[in-house]
Amino acid sequence: MVAIVTEAIDPAIQAKQLRNPAAGGYASFEGWVRNENEGREVRRLEYEAYEPLVITEGQRIIAEAGERWPIIAADFVHRSGLLELGDCAVWVGVAAKHRDEAFKAGRYIIDELKVRLPIWKKEHYVDGDSGWVNCERCAAHAHDDAAHTHHD
Amino acid sequence: MSEQPSKTIQVRYFALFRERAGVSAEQLTTTAGTTLELFEATRERHGSTEPHGHCKVAINDVMVGWDAPIRDGDTVLLFPPVGGG
Repeated sequence: MVAIVTEAIDPAIQAKQLRNPAAGGYASFEGWVRNENEGREVRRLEYEAYEPLVITEGQRIIAEAGERWPIIAADFVHRSGLLELGDCAVWVGVAAKHRDEAFKAGRYIIDELKVRLPIWKKEHYVDGDSGWVNCERCAAHAHDDAAHTHHD
Repeated sequence: MSEQPSKTIQVRYFALFRERAGVSAEQLTTTAGTTLELFEATRERHGSTEPHGHCKVAINDVMVGWDAPIRDGDTVLLFPPVGGG
């Protein structure tokens, strides 16, 4: 299941849904809300998502992972709304015959998810300020583009 | 830019763009021929300076490029730089 949820994510329940007699391994990634970003103390996070396109584009990412590695099943769940420190913001899980493809496909899914899906993160800081955050890879690209002629 | 007939479309804003625009959606009559021209028109309208380079755009729930044509009755979704995970 690819989903946007407003309630707490339970990785154990998610993992159970991937269980398959042919799977010899399962790899997962959980993204947690941490208390600092770029030197600023974070109090909580707020996620906004455009669900229809998260689902269609997210299913496409999982299909791509399946074309690259022989996995059995993969899912992800992402939170929306207000999250507190330590909350699980995103869970990605992959079941496969062997660990290598499970780890590699999981890495691919979380990396693509962060740059492609219409999900936005707003950090609320301890000092009362707040701001929308760009993904690190996009920010790195933006920096590259500043140094070169833009050709989008 | 060739002369384009005006069309009436729905524009939806998300996250930073919604806050800048002060609305989550609005109906616009525009002569913009492409998504990029529309993006520039909305930037001017809402006093934003965001470059389009790392933003994304969709028409009627399908991701498209910045050269995609705008048609009468379209719903155009303007996405600021994403940051999930």
